[in-house]
Amino acid sequence: MRYGTNASACAALVRRDLLLTWRRRGDALNPVLFAVIVVVLFPLALGPEPNQLARISAGIVFVAILLAGLLALDTLFRGDHEDGSLEQLVLSPHPLPLLLGSKIAVHWLTTGLPLIVVAPVLAEMLHLPRSVLPVLLAALALATPLLSLFGAVCVALTVGMRRSGMLLALLVLPLYVPVLIFAAGACNAAQSGLAYLAPLLWLGAALALALVLAPLACAAALRISIS
Amino acid sequence: MSITLVRLSRPGRGASPHARDIRKLMIAGESNDPMPLLEARDLSYSRNDEPVFGPLDFRLHAGEVVLIEGDNGSGKTTLLRVLSGLLAPGGGSVRLNGENLTVARLSHQVALLGHQPGLKADLTPLENLNFAIGVFGLRAGITPHLALSSVGLEGYEDVPTRQLSAGQKKRVSLARLLLVPAALWLLDEPYANLDREGIDLVNRLLDAQARRGGAALVTSHGAYAFTSGSPRRLPLRATA
Amino acid sequence: MNTLTLWFHKFGSPPVFHRIAVRLAPWLFGFAVICGLAALYGGLVVAPADYQQSDAYRIIFIHVPCAWMSLFAYFFMAANAFIALVWRIKISEILAMASAPVGAVFTAITLITGSIWGKPMWGTWWTWDARLTSELVLLFLYLGVIGLYNAIEDRRQAARAAAFLALVGIVNVPIVHFSVNWWNTLHQGSTVRLLGPSRIDESMLWPLLLMALATHVWFFASVLVRARVSLVELEGGKEWAREIALGKGEPA
Repeated sequence: MRYGTNASACAALVRRDLLLTWRRRGDALNPVLFAVIVVVLFPLALGPEPNQLARISAGIVFVAILLAGLLALDTLFRGDHEDGSLEQLVLSPHPLPLLLGSKIAVHWLTTGLPLIVVAPVLAEMLHLPRSVLPVLLAALALATPLLSLFGAVCVALTVGMRRSGMLLALLVLPLYVPVLIFAAGACNAAQSGLAYLAPLLWLGAALALALVLAPLACAAALRISIS
Repeated sequence: MSITLVRLSRPGRGASPHARDIRKLMIAGESNDPMPLLEARDLSYSRNDEPVFGPLDFRLHAGEVVLIEGDNGSGKTTLLRVLSGLLAPGGGSVRLNGENLTVARLSHQVALLGHQPGLKADLTPLENLNFAIGVFGLRAGITPHLALSSVGLEGYEDVPTRQLSAGQKKRVSLARLLLVPAALWLLDEPYANLDREGIDLVNRLLDAQARRGGAALVTSHGAYAFTSGSPRRLPLRATA
Repeated sequence: MNTLTLWFHKFGSPPVFHRIAVRLAPWLFGFAVICGLAALYGGLVVAPADYQQSDAYRIIFIHVPCAWMSLFAYFFMAANAFIALVWRIKISEILAMASAPVGAVFTAITLITGSIWGKPMWGTWWTWDARLTSELVLLFLYLGVIGLYNAIEDRRQAARAAAFLALVGIVNVPIVHFSVNWWNTLHQGSTVRLLGPSRIDESMLWPLLLMALATHVWFFASVLVRARVSLVELEGGKEWAREIALGKGEPA
């Protein structure tokens, strides 16, 4: 008999989830499309004045990406819950937080990373000063995994609900507030020539903490909601 | 293979003394082997203070297959979910090889076949099985190809699972049972969606599992009981 | 079992809790109303007008005790949520869920009175002040707990999920407060202090403290009543609940 190690189990899960995303690669671009649509709406509503747009561009990009990530959260466990594979995952002999951590990592790779990739385009559409772009990307690189990790805990609580969209938004909002404040705040600080390192470091500290704690919380929440 | 039949019926409010006598008889009637594979003592589960099943006492030894029969709503599925460790028991204890359940689950002892097949529709049967091996491990002397051919799905290795019928999906989940190294199978309605040949297949697989020294708990609402052999009946009923 | 869990099991047993709640709630409500009226009299009539804000400041006799309660209720809810999740004590689940709507109402009153106060003081109904923003996020936390509790069919599972969320929230509250404070300094927005001078005259202090006492007692009274009702709902099938429903008086 051959028992897999924890690492090989996580690898199998990562491989499967990546394969599933690949098979449905059309759907994978939906969050990106959504973020682009939101960003396009703002100049239409506010007017094309470049200076005005530039002043609020970082905030708009973050809100658009946050909303797109929120939209994508629903897919994290829904499919697995509907076809019974979530149950099998919980029954696996490997630590559930580790497996869920891998799932969240894949989810970030397939939703968060494309959003970061498209962020320079969004920033350019809103006339964000070039000098702020590196700060924006750094803040996104730290903030989007946080959004995925916090979101996963809330999704785990709403697993099995038929229409959880609005409730999920309500649950994640208070958790997203600090992330949004620090991430957008770093960009705004950079844009007005202030020190922007502190908020980025706070985000990094939060990410380090969340990487450890969020999968544990996610597993605990999942056990509550599948019982 | 020895087959035991356990009947579940909906428990009333508070078990009658008569029911408790029957439970004690059952324990006394069991052979006094040193170490049962699975042992449930006073096991019960309630949802919102409504008893779903129990209290139940039973032992399951290696080489045994127990058929749990009961009407709809008698708590068969819940019993299997408690035994698998998905649900925490409301009362009593479950021991696997003498160990507390949650610890025993770590040693690859239990495989659950639930109502949903637990397969990804976008993946092929082979990919689904390879994933199961990655997460649960692999039994000695078997490969995914062998498992698929022994459930009669030779040639379906690379067909997307969504194109399979409900019965064929069930067969893929049966192949998963063959692959993973679990001593105890918990099968919830394995006969559902299967044709006569498929029912025979389940019985053959159960037979092989028992001969390997494994054990299985099988639920069925009675429509498709074992077609081979005559099961020893042990009615278990907590009358209201 | 240690003495603490033993104590919980004794007073947490549904019939005992029900009996205590039935006896205690009217007294608590009465006490809270008397205290509240006395505090209102002290605050609105006896206390002198503020030298800067004249009579407009008098709303603090409602606003500040409610703001304290909005936090207190959350801590009470989270403490019960913790007990409910760790020791699986049913009465704690119920108490946690009963305090959520009460706390949410206190939070809403805080926001509304704050905004009414803000109009004459700052000339605007709403300002993105650090405390106001934190209070708004707190309201969302409450609404999330209530929403999750109502969205899950199984009552006890719902209570456990919502209790878990309440615990996540208690970690979140200080983080939100810290981040909002930081954000506020970054933007150099309104720097109006909610409580004017740090030294408060005694004639203003005693109505404030009395009102705080009244709101605390009111909180416990309404939590007791709410918990009693949901306990009867949850235990509807049990002997003691049926005896009450059939009007056989209080169970022994």
